[in-house]
Amino acid sequence: MRETPNLNYINQLAAGSEEFKQKIICIMKKEFPEEKDVFFSNFKDHNYKDAAENVHKLKHKIGMLGLENGYKTTVSFEEELKGNKHSLYPKFIVILDSINDFLDTL
Amino acid sequence: MNCIIIDDEETARMVIQQLCSQVDTLQVEDDFPNALQAIKHLNQSPVDLIFLDIHMPDFTGFDFIQTLKNPPKIILTTSDKNFALEAFEYECIVDYLVKPITLPRFLKAIQKAESTPDVAPESTPVTNTNTDDSEPTGISSGENDLYVNIDRRLIKIDMPTIQIIEAKGDYILIKTEKQNYTVHSTLKKIEEKLPDELFLKVHRSYIINIKKIIDIEDNSVLIAKDVIPVSRSNRPELMKRLNLL
Repeated sequence: MRETPNLNYINQLAAGSEEFKQKIICIMKKEFPEEKDVFFSNFKDHNYKDAAENVHKLKHKIGMLGLENGYKTTVSFEEELKGNKHSLYPKFIVILDSINDFLDTL
Repeated sequence: MNCIIIDDEETARMVIQQLCSQVDTLQVEDDFPNALQAIKHLNQSPVDLIFLDIHMPDFTGFDFIQTLKNPPKIILTTSDKNFALEAFEYECIVDYLVKPITLPRFLKAIQKAESTPDVAPESTPVTNTNTDDSEPTGISSGENDLYVNIDRRLIKIDMPTIQIIEAKGDYILIKTEKQNYTVHSTLKKIEEKLPDELFLKVHRSYIINIKKIIDIEDNSVLIAKDVIPVSRSNRPELMKRLNLL
């Protein structure tokens, strides 16, 4: 079954503060597309070492949104990219898409 | 304990700010998206504790620690478990938090920090790499300055004095009027830091300071004693930038 993002971690962190929750969602909505674009650009240019750095940064948000399996896939994909391989790219794209869709609903 | 947060990711800085807000004994003085800005702050106001991301572009958390003469306590924050061993080679590192950081794990790290004796009571700051007597506080940055990491030191280079930058495998060679520097970086990375009005990439392996050109002949330029090739595709841009009679 496809894993879906959730706000459990952010809700715990917010400890009831709606202000914090809205602020962090707002930052994620700003940062996520930027980080994703840089990743796609580096990947398209076969610049896999830099793409690995981008994946590393995206990994935090994937973890924050509760995608446990997605997080594991991302860890493996980052390692792959460091070795100039990218077989997990299609799986990684599914993760990014699910976050994209989720953030659009917030 | 007063503290600062260094992380290039805004989301991560905000998470740590929020976690800190839940500990009465912690006061966050500021947060910084890169180590250089933090160094400037530390030169003026030392802190008891730093939350430091390892994985940052250009200047990693470990590079940063190595610039500190008397580092305060440091809690590393990272999305990478692989650095744990390296982390504990540094006496100043009291804990290692893997992102996303939970409150219980964060509180444990703070307890560790509080129970660890001060590593540097005066907890002052940064290795002075500046020879300018007028700036005794160490590293400063201005619009003409470029800091490069060489042998675990941040070296300041006055950008207008750069003549040529040459790609050398995983390194770049920066030639200035007085000195040459070999830095572990790429032309692409340094190009982003250089002012466009002064520098131009004329070949896939060369960036030149156009103010330093002595003459141009066919597909090459002379800078100091070096003849630098100019790619056919880059020649029109070079000619456009020159004040031609």
